[in-house]
Amino acid sequence: MKRKSENIRDKLLPAGTFCLILLIWWGLSAVKLIPNYMLPSPLDVGKAFVSDFPNLMRHALISLEEAAAGLAIGTLLAFGLAFLMDRFLTLEKAVFPLLVVTQTIPTIAIAPLLVLWMGFGLEPKIVLVVITTFFPIAVGLLDGFKSVDPDAVALLRSMNATRWQIFRHVKFPASLPFFFSGLRISASYAVVGAVISEWLGGFEGLGVYMTRVRKAYAFDKMFAVILLVTAVSLLLMKGVSLLRDACTPWMRREKLQNQE
Amino acid sequence: MELLSTSQVSKSFGSRKVLRDISIRLEEGELVSLLGLSGSGKTTLLNILSGLLPPDEGRVFLAGQDITGRPGHISYMLQKDLLLEHKKIIDNVSLPLVLRGMKKKEAREKANPLFAQFGLEGTQMDYPSQLSGGMRQRAALLRTYLGSASGVTLLDEPFSALDMITKGQMHAWYQDMARKIGLSTVLITHDVDEAIQMSDRIYLLTGMPGEIRHEIRIEEPKDAREKFSLSPEFLGYKQRIMEILQA
Repeated sequence: MKRKSENIRDKLLPAGTFCLILLIWWGLSAVKLIPNYMLPSPLDVGKAFVSDFPNLMRHALISLEEAAAGLAIGTLLAFGLAFLMDRFLTLEKAVFPLLVVTQTIPTIAIAPLLVLWMGFGLEPKIVLVVITTFFPIAVGLLDGFKSVDPDAVALLRSMNATRWQIFRHVKFPASLPFFFSGLRISASYAVVGAVISEWLGGFEGLGVYMTRVRKAYAFDKMFAVILLVTAVSLLLMKGVSLLRDACTPWMRREKLQNQE
Repeated sequence: MELLSTSQVSKSFGSRKVLRDISIRLEEGELVSLLGLSGSGKTTLLNILSGLLPPDEGRVFLAGQDITGRPGHISYMLQKDLLLEHKKIIDNVSLPLVLRGMKKKEAREKANPLFAQFGLEGTQMDYPSQLSGGMRQRAALLRTYLGSASGVTLLDEPFSALDMITKGQMHAWYQDMARKIGLSTVLITHDVDEAIQMSDRIYLLTGMPGEIRHEIRIEEPKDAREKFSLSPEFLGYKQRIMEILQA
């Protein structure tokens, strides 16, 4: 019972903070402390969102397509590389520091280069999403593989298990919670990555649309785009959490056990 | 009948010799303890017996067959139960069968009737996190049993993480269960009381490198050991062993 009320409180607190920020924002624009063309009121943003909905959806589908393709390729690559780095220590030592370095390069700096090399189509956007989403998943998986108790591996070896059987029965399942933590971060990066890459060249997508409405000083529409990007990212993260719960039922049990 | 034996097994790591001329034997249905202090080479011997580590010299035989350095013949259990948290108990215990190529359904069917015998009835579809420490150890023992086609199990301080009462219960239960299903056990321990309580014979692993210079037979019948630990005979054994270990 206590746990349930705590849960409700935990959900109400951030919702309350969010409402408070909306209220302050609305107050600021109502008293015209900041001119409306610079900071449209939440009400205006809502109206723009409704009136512009078909347009927003058309562009959102393109951005989502790029994000999904980039995330899928990024996940596959991350999986392959993490598997190889776990299998060959030399490869991990050789490649891992480079991977860290790639993450220090700002996305905004790579995007124009990708456009220059690949044109204004989908490819540079997908590549940028791959670059931004790949790392958290690869690191998560590698940590997951390494989290396995060496005694558990020795026990399976004593049962004459092959390397593949050890991976399948021990390492891979143990890495799943780590994988999903990485995927959750990457899912939010994917949409933002796609939008950023669209800023720097393209014909369609939320980033392109955002640039257009900004240039037209239609800030209410721009805020509507931001609202949509945030909503899509949050939905994707929630989707990953649901997928994680479905794929790791034992973790849910552990959580319940800890709560009792 | 002699089931498991080693002949003059020695092992060094670099220039450090860990074991010298270890010769032991285990009869069918027997429980033999390898008792030694920390650092006496007990774990190295476990790894050699289970085939994970080849000895520098000497051989390991199982029912007359040379199994030196060949894993998959004898299964072992450690203090940590090493149950896989993502697998249900029934899949954890039947894992050795699946690793040998048996279908999951078939392995489950083979493991299922043993749950009652191991005091695990009703836990088949639970995850390890839902079980108590004692129950987890039982599940690990069942996995060890199913992993051992030969009926030999190696136990490396399996009960040392349990509280005194649970440990006592597990000792009694294991002896009873092992007798019923004809299990032969090598128990590796540093706990003198445990070794006397559980064993038919005790090998004392002493010195550096570890050697076996003493073998003690516990004469008390296995089915009359309920109050054994409170008897003068028990203390007599304990005193003798302590004298040897402290020498």
